[in-house]
Amino acid sequence: MSTLIFFEHTNDAISPASLHAVTAATQIGGDVVALVAGSGCDGAAQAAAKVAGVTKVIKVDSAEYGHTLAENLAPLIAKLAEGHSHVLATATTVGKNIMPRVAALLDVAQVSDIIEVVDADTFVRPIYAGNALATVKSSDATKVVTVRGTNFDPAAAEGGSASVEDGSGEGDTGLSSFVGQELSKSDRPELTSAKVVISGGRGMQNGENFKMLEEIADKLGAAVGASRAAVDAGFVPNDYQVGQTGKVVAPDLYIAVGISGAIQHLAGMKDSKVIVAINKDEEAPIFQVADYGLVADLFKAVPELSEALDKA
Amino acid sequence: MKVLVPVKRVIDYNVKVRVKADQSGVELANVKMSMNPFDEIAVEEAIRLKEAGKATEVIAVSIGPTQAQETIRTALAMGADRGIHVVHDGDVEPLAVAKMLKGIVEKESPDLCILGKQAIDDDCNQTGQMLSALLGWSQATFASKIEIGDGDLTVTREVDGGLETIKVKAPAIVTTDLRLNEPRYASLPNIMKAKKKPIEQMSPADLGVDPAPRLQTVKVVEPPKREGGTKVADVAELVSKLKNEAKVI
Ligand SMILES: Cc1cc2nc3c(=O)[nH]c(=O)nc-3n(C[C@H](O)[C@H](O)[C@H](O)COP(=O)(O)OP(=O)(O)OC[C@H]3O[C@@H](n4cnc5c(N)ncnc54)[C@H](O)[C@@H]3O)c2cc1C
Repeated sequence: MSTLIFFEHTNDAISPASLHAVTAATQIGGDVVALVAGSGCDGAAQAAAKVAGVTKVIKVDSAEYGHTLAENLAPLIAKLAEGHSHVLATATTVGKNIMPRVAALLDVAQVSDIIEVVDADTFVRPIYAGNALATVKSSDATKVVTVRGTNFDPAAAEGGSASVEDGSGEGDTGLSSFVGQELSKSDRPELTSAKVVISGGRGMQNGENFKMLEEIADKLGAAVGASRAAVDAGFVPNDYQVGQTGKVVAPDLYIAVGISGAIQHLAGMKDSKVIVAINKDEEAPIFQVADYGLVADLFKAVPELSEALDKA
Repeated sequence: MKVLVPVKRVIDYNVKVRVKADQSGVELANVKMSMNPFDEIAVEEAIRLKEAGKATEVIAVSIGPTQAQETIRTALAMGADRGIHVVHDGDVEPLAVAKMLKGIVEKESPDLCILGKQAIDDDCNQTGQMLSALLGWSQATFASKIEIGDGDLTVTREVDGGLETIKVKAPAIVTTDLRLNEPRYASLPNIMKAKKKPIEQMSPADLGVDPAPRLQTVKVVEPPKREGGTKVADVAELVSKLKNEAKVI
């Protein structure tokens, strides 16, 4: 048994998201080989070699991997998959974009977004926005799997001492090219790994009012999230969206403010340890999953909460 | 430019699904079915391209049971020109769907295929990428903006960190994200007109594809229930509970 993991990185450093896939690979068993494909990615390859559980790193340093273009990466991963029983990536937007292309090139099914490894062939994955959990068994020669980060603790970034081997690139397909990006800048923790998340919904009324949530976030060391309605209305950027079709989070504390609790939203946060809901409608479905529900006008309760946290 | 839009019939997003007692799947009998919402966005985008004079024809394709015809009719009522129905009962996985769509692409030679980024039933998020791989085409997934250029497309994508813009060569596969557009409702006259639009039928075998699933579903169960529902009286009680009971702040 041997697993090839597609590692995300910034060329200088590895992305913490990939550490979750290492844990899933360790549960599957056997060798864990990290692929670091990039342009000037020696720093990331060296960092991957230190990850506990990684037995070998393949570094492919070539211009065509400077951006995570699926058309260039998928043939490389498919080629390197040979001899491995499993190919894994974390189910980030990068992993979701590339891995099905790899699976199709290998003519195998992909098992998306697993939350549990039952055995080397059998995995549990949520379907229907997490309203059902399916256990599926694959008999494909190579199992292509994406891993839901929140269900696998990150592997330790230090402690390993894997060897780094150089691999060669497959060239640029010329099918696509990177034009630019507009990334949200924030000094707060990353949404999917934050210990505390405070999210706002349509009830926030506008983007300006999210400042109230940011104030609390800064007091709690929290990340700020949102419902789809808040993103659609332009209150906050798309990368704030928590839910079935946005990000999945499972912090120690999730505070939902002015969010009704549609199943699509619950799909992204109902595995949080403690859920707080602030909503003026006592019938709002969010209260059914909340450990602590506060029926109140958020424009009164949120400033009060902010003040109370100063004293707490 | 010819645009192909695959559409899937799924349990309506408002339905609370129930797991079958025998753990073989979820209850589909007497449940409201609709077009996958991401596919509605795909149909809308294709129609807008046609209205803008950029697309010449929009073809809606569905792979599914007899009733999938209704889903195709919905696309036709929104404004698609004609339909293709690959009649197939039972589960079909993204890889098999991609193979069937490849067969249709080879027959129809579209310049662009727009798919939903994921179906809200199996939540796989695979078909567009797989189709792109099988065809050796470019792919632009999770699109929130599409600009048609000369022989290429510039697509803005929703990614974990924010937005990314890429340029892809035509012919291309694009998958839709929520912010690409707001799909229209079909008007009554258009629903009537759609009844006369042609739908061609074929079988997986006609396309040379074996639709048998590769994955075996061992069981389908309900997730563990969350015990919620406790209310607090005010902010002071909330803070005290979070501090002393839950110990999370
Ligand atoms: C294909 C598809 C995918 C989707 N994916 C997602 C997803 O990933 N994530 C997601 O979140 N949604 C998703 N949705 C949307 C989802 O169905 C809901 O529409 C959305 O979550 C609603 O957002 P909301 O709770 O902010 O808004 P609403 O449902 O409008 O709720 C607003 C709430 O705010 C409360 N409120 C208003 N004013 C105040 C006040 N002053 N004080 C206190 N409370 C107040 C109201 O009582 C209400 O409960 C998806 C839908 C579809 C069809």
